[in-house]
Parts: sequence; C-alpha cells; structure tokens
Amino acid sequence: MISIKRLQEDGIDFIMVVGEIDASSSIELDLTIAKSVGEGFSKILIDCSALEYISSAGLGVFMSYIEECKDRGIKMVLFGMSDKVANTFSILGLNELLEIASDKVQAKQMVNGL
Amino acid sequence: MRNKAIIRLLFTVGVITWLSLVLTDISIVLSSVSNIKAEIPAWLPGVILNLFIITLFYYYKLKIERDEVLSFVDLLWKVFATGLMATVISLMLRLIENLLGSTALTRNVVYQDLVYLINLGLMVSFLIMTFTVWKRLILYQKSKWLLRIWAVFEVGLLLSLAYNSLKLPVVNWVFGTLLTVFIVLGLILSGNLKWVAYLNFRQKWTSLLLLLLTIFYLLYIVYTNSSISEVIASSSKNFTDYKIHIFILSLIVFVGLYSIFSFLVILFNLPTTSVFEQKLEEVVNFQRISQSIQTEQSEQSVYNILLETSVSTVFADAGWLEISGDKQNVFAYRISDKEAHEIVNHLNEHHVRGVLDQGSDKTRNLSKHLASLKGSRYRSILAFPIYVKGANIGTLALLKELPDGFTKEMTKIVSTFANQAGISIENFRLMEEALQNERYKEELKIAKTVQKSLLPQLLEKDNDFDISAFSESADEVGGDYYDTLRINDHLVCLIIADVSGKGTTAAFHMSQMKGIFHSLAQRDIEPDDFMLQANQALVYCLERGSFISATFFIINTQTRKIKYARAGHCPVLYYCTEKKSIEYFKDKGVALGMVRNKSYSNFIQANEFEYKKGDVMVLYTDGITEAKDARNEEFGYERLSEVISEVTQTSPKEMQDHLIKRLYEFSGTENINDDYTTMIVKFK
Repeated sequence: MISIKRLQEDGIDFIMVVGEIDASSSIELDLTIAKSVGEGFSKILIDCSALEYISSAGLGVFMSYIEECKDRGIKMVLFGMSDKVANTFSILGLNELLEIASDKVQAKQMVNGL
Repeated sequence: MRNKAIIRLLFTVGVITWLSLVLTDISIVLSSVSNIKAEIPAWLPGVILNLFIITLFYYYKLKIERDEVLSFVDLLWKVFATGLMATVISLMLRLIENLLGSTALTRNVVYQDLVYLINLGLMVSFLIMTFTVWKRLILYQKSKWLLRIWAVFEVGLLLSLAYNSLKLPVVNWVFGTLLTVFIVLGLILSGNLKWVAYLNFRQKWTSLLLLLLTIFYLLYIVYTNSSISEVIASSSKNFTDYKIHIFILSLIVFVGLYSIFSFLVILFNLPTTSVFEQKLEEVVNFQRISQSIQTEQSEQSVYNILLETSVSTVFADAGWLEISGDKQNVFAYRISDKEAHEIVNHLNEHHVRGVLDQGSDKTRNLSKHLASLKGSRYRSILAFPIYVKGANIGTLALLKELPDGFTKEMTKIVSTFANQAGISIENFRLMEEALQNERYKEELKIAKTVQKSLLPQLLEKDNDFDISAFSESADEVGGDYYDTLRINDHLVCLIIADVSGKGTTAAFHMSQMKGIFHSLAQRDIEPDDFMLQANQALVYCLERGSFISATFFIINTQTRKIKYARAGHCPVLYYCTEKKSIEYFKDKGVALGMVRNKSYSNFIQANEFEYKKGDVMVLYTDGITEAKDARNEEFGYERLSEVISEVTQTSPKEMQDHLIKRLYEFSGTENINDDYTTMIVKFK
C-alpha cells in the first residue's frame, strides 16, 4: 500500500511517499513524478521519511528520472530515508546517482544549490 | 398397470349396475302397470342408479383427471366424442321407433322404459364425463379458495346422492334449496376460465365448434329424456324419474352453464388472441436473447438474434444494427447499406441528435424526422443504443413504412431486448477474457520452464573449491540468474544476477544476461571491463526503469586470488577461516542499465582478494534478505550471516540446505513471494 501526497512550497514541489513501494504501487509514484516534471517544477524534493520498503521496481522509477532531470536541469533530492531503505539504495549504487539528503533542511539547501 | 385394472373393473361394474337398473326398474314398472304387488322394493332402482353414478364418477375421474398429456382441445374433443356417441345411439333408437311406427311394441311401457333407461344411461355418462373435464379446466391455475369451493361443490353433489337414495319424504323446499345452492356454486365456479387465454387462434376456433356441438348434444339428450319420461309417467308413476334427482339436475345446469360461458368467453377472446400470442412470443424472444450467451459461439450471433427478434416483435419493415469498435460492423435486415447510409446522412444533415450519433443514453422514437426524406419508403424510425459495461457499443435502428408506426409498448419491449443483448455481450466478453487469462497463465508456465532451463544443470568443478547453488522462483516467472564458466585450467568465472521486475520480460532479460556472460567471459576480461561492456550491451535492450544487478567473479586457482566487480548486486558474504569472522564486502558499484552513457566506468570498481582453505563465499539475491515473516519483518543481512556462521564447517550443499530450511522456518510458509537464489562456494 502506498499513499503519495504533493505539496508546493517556495517553488519547490514536495512529494511525500508513505508506505511500501512495490511493483504495482511504483506506477503511482512514476505518475506523480511525471506530473511534477510535466508541470515544470525544477526543484523536486521527495520525502522518504515514511517510506517503509522499496522494491526494485520502485528504485527503477527513481533511476528512470536521473537522466531526464539532468537534461532538463531539474534538481531532484530524496531525504529522510530510514537506514533500511537507504541500504537498498546504496546496494544498487543509486546513492551515487541520486541526490540524497539526511533531512529536509539539508535537502532544501541542496535543491537551492547552496 | 394397477390403474388400468381399476378402470376396467369400474367399467364392468358400471355395465352391471346399469343392467341391474334396467331389470329392477322394468320389473317395477311392469308390476305397477299390471297392478301386481312388486317383489322388488320401490327404492332399489334409485339406489342402483346412484351406484351407477358413483361408478361412472370414479371411472372418469381415473380416466381423465389423471391424464397429464391431454391438452385443452383434447379434453374438449373427448367431451364432444362422448356427446356424439350418446346422440348417435339415441337417434338410432328414435329411427327404429319411427321405422316400426306405432305398433304394440312401441306403445309397450316396458319398451318405452328400456329406451328411457338407455337414454338416461347415456345422458348420465355424458354429464359425468363433461363434469370431470370441466373440473380440470376450472382448476387450471387454481388458488386455495377455488380448491375449497370445488371441494364443497363436489362433496355436496355426492352427498345429495344419499338424499336421493334414502327416499326421504320429498319436502319441496329442501329440494329447491339444495338445487339452488348447487346452481349458485356452479355459477361461481363457472367464472374460472383462465385456460381460454392459453389457446391460440386456431385452437380457439376448434374449441368454439366443439363447445357449440357439446351444447347441442346436451340440449338434445335432455330434451329426449324429458319427453320419454313424460310418456312413461303417463302410464306408470313408479319408474326412476331423473327429474327428482338433484345430482343429475345440478349437473345438467352446471355443465350447460359452463359450456355456454366457455363458448362466449372464447368468442369474445378471439379478437385479442393475437395480442396475447405476441406477448408470449416476446417472452420467448427475450429468453432467446438471454440464453444466446450459453449457446452461441460468437458475439455476431447475439447481434443477429437481437436484430431478428426486435424486427419480428415490433413488425418492423426493416432494420439495422451498427456495432462500433475496431472494425465497423453493420447487420442489415431487408435494407441495403446504401439506404441505411442515406437515412443516417439525412438525420445528420438535419441535426437530429440522439438517434444515431450514440450521444444519447435514451431510446428515441423519432418518427417525424423521416417524413422529409425523399426517395425512401420508410416513414418511422426507432433507435436504441446498446451498452456494454456502461460504454455505448452500437445502435439498433428499426424502420417502418407507416408514419408513427411505433407504439410506446414496442419501444419498451425492444429497449429491454437491447439491454439484455448488452448484458449477453458483456457476459460473452467476460468469458472470453477468462479464457484469455487462462491462456496467459499457460504461456507464463512455458516462460517459467524456459527460465529454469537457462540456469546451468551442472556447475564447474575444481580441486580448489566446491560450489552449490539453489534457485526457487515464486509463482510468477522470476529473473534470478547464476552461472559458471571455465576459461582455462586455472581460471573459472562465476556470475550471479537479478533482473528487476518479474514475469516474461524479466525472463527475457535474464536470457540476454546469459548471452552476455557467455560471450564476454570467454575472452578472459577484467571484471570491471566485463561490467562496462555488459552495461553498454544492455542499454539498448533494457526498457526505461529496468536494470540488472550482478556480481562477476574470476577465480584464479593458480594465484589463489579472486577478482570481482559488483554492479548493484547484494554484497558478498564472506567467511574467513583465519580470522574466524564473517562479514559483508563493502565495495561500490552501480547496477547495469542505470547509467546509460560512457560515464558508467566511474561507477564500477574492480576488487581483488585472496582466499584460504576453508573460506566460504556466499552469493545470494535480495529475495533472501527481503523474505518476510508473519509480522512483516525481513530476514535481513544480520540473520543471514548468523545462519551461515552456524554451519561454516560443513560442505556447501549442507550449508545451502541449512539456509533454505531456516529461511522457510522464518517465513512460515513454502509459498514464497519472491525468488530465492543462493550460490555458495567453499575453498579447499
């Protein structure tokens, strides 16, 4: 089960992901990010503090936006991951490809290019 | 068999009673005429007559009431036949009398009594026969109350026989009252004529004729009997007169009344018969549409049945059914495509919305708009949308040459047809879908077999190490892969990989990975180069969001060193005998397919380590670490290293069995929801 919320603040699009992302719920995540990108946000923050589990399909979603973000100059930062989720990202090496912050403050700094 | 025997017995008893009636009555009449004191008591003939009546009553009851096959017309036919027989016999007697002329014989009271008794017997059998048939007709579609009234009527009539037998002093008012009661009951019962409605036009005509003749026979027989009885009464007072017999009188009145009622009701029902027949046909048509799902092989037949039944139900002159979808389908009935197109165009030109543009969810009866179409025979049109799962899939149009040719009732009935057809088609599609799913499952099974066959049957053997591998996939096709390949006498390659996602695509990518492994590893390349080239090859086949995690090893048994590169796969668990420690290798590497340009080389790392005798290398996929127990807790990395450290001194096969056993214990079920794959290498 997953629940995704969006919230705009200071020109930053906050996407809050709550629950587990598996093969089926990853589609919803994909749609949400695609919508945010489509709406022209150049600063996207993904709050993973309530993310309990992410499957390879969910990781694939984040992965698929890496190049698009680079091409269109979009800053996408993930923050607030639990150790377990962070471990999943790092095993795949995604921590080297994605921008991952420890908390919201750091994430905001990163997204604003400070 | 038993029934037949009883019927035969009753018939015999009937004949015997009638004969004894004749004998006793004649002897009484004879003695009364000759003024001799009769040896036979005067009440005997009456009792015998009643016995005769009861016998006949049960005879016909068994013969007609229990016979289920008889239709209404058959029943009327039986009444008619009995009446005919009775009348013919009676007429023959009359003829003989006329031929003989006025002789001593014909004037003899004994002869007259015999003729009278024959006629009486015929009349009584005809009456009882008809009574039994009328009972069946009246009690068709019976209610509780009707049954009760009938029971009172029938039992009352039979009891009246006792009244007659006992020869109670004939008090006029009792006689009159009883007769009135029976006539009233008979009248009430005669109101039940439901069976008439179920006759079709032809049957009604037949019934009318039969009833008319039945009434005629009845009148004739009653007339004959009354005239003969008057003649006899003038010479003898002591014969068995039916005129004081309540049972016979009531029966005459009842049978006569019901015959007349039936005749009149059928007569007045004749003009509306076609309406009733049409309604019946509508019901049958409706059933045909709803059952077509079970019997028909395709949607086409459902459409054909819908068009056919709709046209025939509303007496349309033409019609068509247009089904939108992948390909336009038009089923036409007595109308050419050209004509239909003209009508459609005409309606479009005149902006008549909601008929054929499928924009309306209502049935529309737009007769007037066709009046302005020149060159067409049709003056009325009726159109219905057909819905399947809320989506409009087509339009049914019916045409008539008459202006304003469709009534409200027609609109209603065809609208139900259209709805029912929609449901039938929906069911049909659901069934198709279910079949399709079944086919997919079958295909998935094949994919699973293919995937299994991609895994090696035999692993490389060496004097320096033992390998044991295990792979079990969930119901769906998984994407776990492991393999070994010997390059030369001292170099052996190992690979373990996990394709993201499940299903046939995962199996497909897995086979690509196998191809890449076998072609690249042959060339004795460095592990990091292997990953770079594999990534380059996979970029063109992996779709967006898909990736493969893999770890590639080259074991050199000469130098006792292992080179490896990890591309996003689960870290290697290594047991070191010397330090007696078990730990996960900490190195870096991004999964294959994640970086789709040359910069991938920045994300892959080449590693090397030395192995000692007794060291154990455990390779696995995330299905194992992510296996969950009942409380949704993961098996995890810590538990994995604990389980392995318990059995580091055993053979790889035993270690593997132990791990699998613990894994199943942990998850509490054999039904895994991911793929479990391990490859355990123990060095010697």
